[in-house]
Amino acid sequence: MTAIDTGQHQRSADEGLAGDVKIDVRNLSIGYAGKSALRNVSLEIREHEIFGIIGPANSGKTSFLRALNRMDEFTESMTVDGAIRFNGRDVREWRNAYALRRRIGVVFPLPVGLPMSIYDNVALAPRLSGIRKKQQLDDIVERCLSRAALWDEVRDRLGSLGSLLSGGQQQRLTIARALSQDPELLLLDEFSIAVDPVTTMRIEDVLKELRREITIVLVTNLVQQARRLASRTAFFLMGECVEVNDTEAMFTGTVKDPRTREYVEGRFG
Amino acid sequence: MFEATELNFRDNRVEWAVKALFLLMTLLLILPVLLILGVLLYRGGPVLSWEFLFTQPTNGMTAGGVLPALVGTIWLVVVALLASVPIGVAAAIYLSEYAPQNALTRAINLAIINLAGVPSIVHALFGVGAFVYFFRFGTSILAASLTLAIMTLPVVIVSTLESLRAVPHAFREACWNMGATRWQTIWRVVLPNSISGILTGVILEVSRTAGETAPIMFTGAAMFMPLLPRSVFDQTMALSLHLYTISMNVPDVPEALPYGVALVLIGLILSMNAISIGFRTVLRSRRKW
Ligand SMILES: Nc1ncnc2c1ncn2[C@@H]1O[C@H](COP(=O)(O)OP(=O)(O)OP(=O)(O)O)[C@@H](O)[C@H]1O
Ligand SMILES: [Mg+2]
Repeated sequence: MTAIDTGQHQRSADEGLAGDVKIDVRNLSIGYAGKSALRNVSLEIREHEIFGIIGPANSGKTSFLRALNRMDEFTESMTVDGAIRFNGRDVREWRNAYALRRRIGVVFPLPVGLPMSIYDNVALAPRLSGIRKKQQLDDIVERCLSRAALWDEVRDRLGSLGSLLSGGQQQRLTIARALSQDPELLLLDEFSIAVDPVTTMRIEDVLKELRREITIVLVTNLVQQARRLASRTAFFLMGECVEVNDTEAMFTGTVKDPRTREYVEGRFG
Repeated sequence: MFEATELNFRDNRVEWAVKALFLLMTLLLILPVLLILGVLLYRGGPVLSWEFLFTQPTNGMTAGGVLPALVGTIWLVVVALLASVPIGVAAAIYLSEYAPQNALTRAINLAIINLAGVPSIVHALFGVGAFVYFFRFGTSILAASLTLAIMTLPVVIVSTLESLRAVPHAFREACWNMGATRWQTIWRVVLPNSISGILTGVILEVSRTAGETAPIMFTGAAMFMPLLPRSVFDQTMALSLHLYTISMNVPDVPEALPYGVALVLIGLILSMNAISIGFRTVLRSRRKW
């Protein structure tokens, strides 16, 4: 309990950080081959906040994240309607999606260690953006792996294959990779699903620090994780955004919609 | 406590019977191959010698060796490889990594698979029209090899596609998500993990054409041409055509001679296969997932 309390305390202290609108979503609808997955969602995500998204399976949380960095372009059947503004500019207007995606780090629930060395996994994004100096790459690799709570475990074998790490290690490698992009926005989709509780706590601490620098969208099945980390939280249910609220309000009962209370309490009440 | 029931025993018997049946089929498959090799070795073996490999045919092709044909076949295959690998691999990369997965792409894929079924004599006629006459390469190694290349392109593309598809899609998405372009993803993730399969497949498919006669007969292969080719614009002898000639068109050939030539041809194809498999073993030992 203490950890949770401290977290919340710190969060309220940092509240002043959250500022301008980072992402402005208007009337977002997502479908797969005509089948609707998300309907008419409008919400704002502010700079330097951790924005939580909770909701049961199939409620459209992952689909929402995919739309943010135009990942729908990878899935032929996926259609996105509505407007998503990133830094005030519609993501569709970015001439190339690559530049957009470089600013957005993503971590998905199934970890993917790329079939190259641990070092190369983390150095890939910096290299793509033109960094060549060994010293600079070394620094980035060490910093990102440390932040993802993986450095101590792999510092002696940076040359071994990223795809041969354990599931939880690969997950942290994926997080390190996302951080290596030096993103403005970090999208985390159930990042702790393959990670043990102790390590999860370490990563959560890092996330709390990171929000001084970047904006984080955190999709989680662990309602308490949203409570620990997010300043504001959205509740998705069957393709609808039921409500967006201050996380604390949501958990202390001042919900806007009774379904939210049922969900929040239903699992952990 | 777990006790084996009557049902378990029945399952076991079925399992055993199915396995035995499939083993039998496999043996039936291997048998003809072994017989062919056996007959070839028995009849043609005595002819084989270094001299046979490294001298010209003499006495109206009824004696002597096969050097010009052996060298010619190697030329034909290597030039065909050089032509079909870049084109086939590029086409496969486009189809797998760039083309939208829609009806048109599927139709093209289907067409390519069907092209593989076009008889080689048809390719031969196309080669004569296109390379010998239209491009004015004359009857030459170049024209013959290009004909072979065209003929193998469909299989080269299909085998390359298979290797590319064996690379998990998640790797690509992870890379795209970091802001990598399609080409950066192909270069840094897809190709390093499929190149062994691609090269092996391609070498296997193309070396198989060493045995083809029809596509080279009218485009670049000569029946008798004791001089070794100097460039791709020369005509050349080839093992497959040589075998055909001495079996069908030349009187008084010693009975063992065609078997010897066949043995050399098979030996050549097998060693090319061996090279490509060795290649794969080396590359695969560095396989990364
Ligand atoms: N690639 C896809 N093709 C077709 N339908 C999809 C695809 N991805 C998701 N869907 C559908 O979209 C709906 C929303 O899925 P989504 O993955 O966004 O849910 P989620 O809230 O992330 O669920 P979970 O908590 O299980 O991860 C589901 O009904 C799902 O079947
Ligand atoms: Mg999901």
